[in-house]
Amino acid sequence: MADLQVVADPGTQQIVVTRSFAAPRELVFKAFIDPDAVRRWWGQRDNETIVDQLEARAGGRWRFVQRSPDGNENGFHGVFHEVTAPGRVVYTFEWEGLPGHVLLETVTFEEQDGKTQMTDSSVFQSVADRDGMLRSGMESGAAESMDRLDEYLAASR
Amino acid sequence: MRTDRLNDTFAALADPTRRAILARLMAGEASVTELAEPFPISLPAISKHLKVLEQAGLIARGREAQWRPCRLEADPLREVADWVEGYRRFWEQSQERYDRLDDYLREAQGEEPPDDQEAP
Repeated sequence: MADLQVVADPGTQQIVVTRSFAAPRELVFKAFIDPDAVRRWWGQRDNETIVDQLEARAGGRWRFVQRSPDGNENGFHGVFHEVTAPGRVVYTFEWEGLPGHVLLETVTFEEQDGKTQMTDSSVFQSVADRDGMLRSGMESGAAESMDRLDEYLAASR
Repeated sequence: MRTDRLNDTFAALADPTRRAILARLMAGEASVTELAEPFPISLPAISKHLKVLEQAGLIARGREAQWRPCRLEADPLREVADWVEGYRRFWEQSQERYDRLDDYLREAQGEEPPDDQEAP
C-alpha cells in the first residue's frame, strides 16, 4: 500500500513525491485544507502541530507551528495560490528557520477505483536550495552513521 | 562537499574489483600482492585499479620502498555516506508524513488502522 516515490533528478530544482491513498479524493483534498485534519497528520509524529492560520483560498495565508516534546517550536508559512476542490492545491512554503528560501508546492489528487493518487511537486529557487532540502535532517542520522564508520575505520587501521 | 570529488569517488566505486579491494582493506592494510591474490587478473591490472582508488583518495599507500601497503581512507567514503544519508532521511521523512495522512484518512473513513504485521 505504501507506494511512496520520491523523484529528485540531479541538477534540477524539483522534488516530486507521489503516493496513493485508500480514500476518495474529496477526503484527501480536505486533509490539506482543513485545520482539524492538518493538526492530526501534518509534521513529525512526535510533534504537536498548531494551526495558526489556514485561509484555504487563492491569496489566503497559512502558518503551522511544530512543537517538539521538549518545547522547541518551528514555524512554517506560505500563501495559497490556488485551491481548486477536489483536485489541486498550489501554495508557497517557507520554513521560518531559513527565511528567504521559498518553494512553490503543487499538490494534485486523481481518483481511480476509489483510490487517490497524490502528486506533490515542489519547485525550489535554486538547485542548491533543493539539494539542501534533500539533505535536511541528515545531521543526526548522518552524524551517527559517520561515527560508526569512523569507529570501524579506526579499528581496522 | 565537492561535487568533483564525489564524481571521482563514485567512478572509483563503480567497479566490482575495486569494491572488492576496498572490502579487503576494511580488514586492515595489505600489500599489492596480497590484494591481487583473490583475483584472476594480472598484477599490473591490479596496480591500475589501485591507482584509480588512490587518485580518488579512497586508499593511501605506504612509503616503504619494498611493500607499499595500501590502506583505506575514510574521507571520500564519508562524503558518499553523507550524500546517500541525506536522501534516505528525506525519503523517511516523506514516508512518515504521508503515513500519518494515511492513518488520518482511515480514521476519517471510520476504518481501523492496519495491523502491525501489515504496516511497512
